[in-house]
Amino acid sequence: MTIVVGYVPTPEGEAALTQAIAEARKTDTTLLVINSSKGDALVDNRYAQEPEIQGIEERLATQGIKHVIKQPVRGHDAAAEVLDAAEEHNAELIVIGLRRRSPVGKLIMGSVSQRILLEADCPVLAVKAN
Amino acid sequence: MDVFSSLMDGFATALTPMNFLYAVIGVLLGTAVGVLPGLGPAMTVALLLPVTYVLEPTSAFIMFAGIYYGGMYGGSTTSILLNTPGESSSVVTAIEGNKMAKAGRAAQALATAAIGSFVAGTIGTALLAVFAPIVVKFAVSLGSPSYFAIMVLALLAVTAVLGSSRLRGFASLGLGLAIGLVGIDSVTGQRRLTFGQPLLADGLDIVVVAVAIFAVGEALWVAAHLRRNPLQVIPVGRPWMGKQDWKRSWKPWLRGTAFGFPFGALPAGGAEIPTFLSYVTEKRLSKHPEEFGHGAIEGVAGPEAANNAAAAGTMTPLLALGLPTNATAAVMLAAFTSYGIQPGPQLFSSQGPLVWALIASLFIGNFLLLIINLPLAPLWAKLLQLPRPYLYAGILFFATLGAYSVNLQAFDLVLLLVLGALGFMMRRFGLPVLPLILGVILGPRIEGQLRKTLQLSAGDPAGLWSEPIAIGVYIIIAIILIWPLLFKLIRRNRPATSLLSPNATRGNEPTDVARGNVTHGSQRGDATTDGDGDGDG
Repeated sequence: MTIVVGYVPTPEGEAALTQAIAEARKTDTTLLVINSSKGDALVDNRYAQEPEIQGIEERLATQGIKHVIKQPVRGHDAAAEVLDAAEEHNAELIVIGLRRRSPVGKLIMGSVSQRILLEADCPVLAVKAN
Repeated sequence: MDVFSSLMDGFATALTPMNFLYAVIGVLLGTAVGVLPGLGPAMTVALLLPVTYVLEPTSAFIMFAGIYYGGMYGGSTTSILLNTPGESSSVVTAIEGNKMAKAGRAAQALATAAIGSFVAGTIGTALLAVFAPIVVKFAVSLGSPSYFAIMVLALLAVTAVLGSSRLRGFASLGLGLAIGLVGIDSVTGQRRLTFGQPLLADGLDIVVVAVAIFAVGEALWVAAHLRRNPLQVIPVGRPWMGKQDWKRSWKPWLRGTAFGFPFGALPAGGAEIPTFLSYVTEKRLSKHPEEFGHGAIEGVAGPEAANNAAAAGTMTPLLALGLPTNATAAVMLAAFTSYGIQPGPQLFSSQGPLVWALIASLFIGNFLLLIINLPLAPLWAKLLQLPRPYLYAGILFFATLGAYSVNLQAFDLVLLLVLGALGFMMRRFGLPVLPLILGVILGPRIEGQLRKTLQLSAGDPAGLWSEPIAIGVYIIIAIILIWPLLFKLIRRNRPATSLLSPNATRGNEPTDVARGNVTHGSQRGDATTDGDGDGDG
């Protein structure tokens, strides 16, 4: 059993990661960190670079949490990557960060969080940035 | 003060509201394509060639010149903030510029690049205004044999000097010359390479060839390499420079200009060699050599000045001799032809107002670029977040529209696809694009001069070296061709030398590394963007 967390280098993503670490520690399960990009633009600020990933790696290691960090770049959107990972690893929980979005913005861009909430087969824990 | 009064007339023309508007459009477009790796000014001008059917020549060239200069500015932004050169001419900028950005000095790097480009561009344009008429005076005396020799020199030099592999360069040149041959022979009326296809009898339109090689080829190439791990732009505020930065920047700007202009003006100069030379010089002269490799501002100021001065230098042979020395200039030459304007030394007398308005617009464009680049560089970097499928879909749309609009023939679309596939293959196998495009555009003109020479001498090949300048140029060509052999001989003797003076060899090492970088970059530039030949745009 694992806990899957969708990570992005933003306050929301950090909040989700912190919460996921707490959950993983509570139940002593493996933490699967997913940070993905479609990979079709040259620049994607939501794709964590090497130093950030190393930072997370260290943070998880020092807290003694079993973890896997994955950065898939396969042309799928973030929701699909998180759901895929949850299904594949038979996740017991998905942790995501929510950000405020205007109704119009949501209409145009869609919502990654909403898709995960609706389509996941396991409980989803949604946190906000403080 | 003939030059001065002509130039003032030029300013009057270039500052009319419509022309000014086209200058603004040009620099905005140019900066955008400069920022985006893979797109370059040559591709943009090629895509815009069809607008020459509706625009006045002056407006069109003002816009093209803005795109060309803008590309030079935009390339540095990507180099500094992303460590991916936006243009092949900014490869060297990335070496120190990105280090500066990582050390939190991105604002200063962007500022010295933009202000240095402005200084160099302005000085370079002034030199262009002074030297072009002098070159014209000299060029008017040249006959067909000399022209033929100079054009052959330009082709061979571009092919042999730039890029990493001569063999690939000549293969590309051969392809270009073959494409240029298609159509009816102008003297005898024979059909060449038409394969019995009447639609090929008029030859391949340069718009179709340029758009196919630059735009379609690049789009296919990107489509084949769509997924790659995205990078993050280094966050930066408004570019600014402290007193110390100014002090360390102004000398490299001037030295960079001194390198850039002459190299741009030479056939095969291009912008890559002077940027590299400028970098090496600054490294040697710097009072802070220990900073090189960790973000020295001189290493950004010099090369950025050099590439803009080279852009101005490139305009000299283009306007004075009708001789393009990089891909953008070649496509602009094609634009002259599509207006029925004969490029060459007569240009200044027959199209004086146009030429001077163009030169004046270069001054204006430079100024505009400084204004839009200095405060807005971080905004331009946002363009890099654009998903490439959208970007290239738009480019393919305009490419198709452009190719079809030339003759309203569906057959041109078939040609577009075939040549686009060729462009893709060239990128796949590392063939530089520049020799091909120069071959297509210069090939027929070279042939014209050759035929004229041979007609004058009644078929006697001795007519080819009947002018002293032609002989001099042939000697230069011989040197360029023999150089690699000499180089090999020197190399063979080298192990002995290096044993004697190991220190000297070690001193050379960083240089070799840097050069490896440049050739790689320019090849990528040629292969990926350049599109530009002058850029990996």
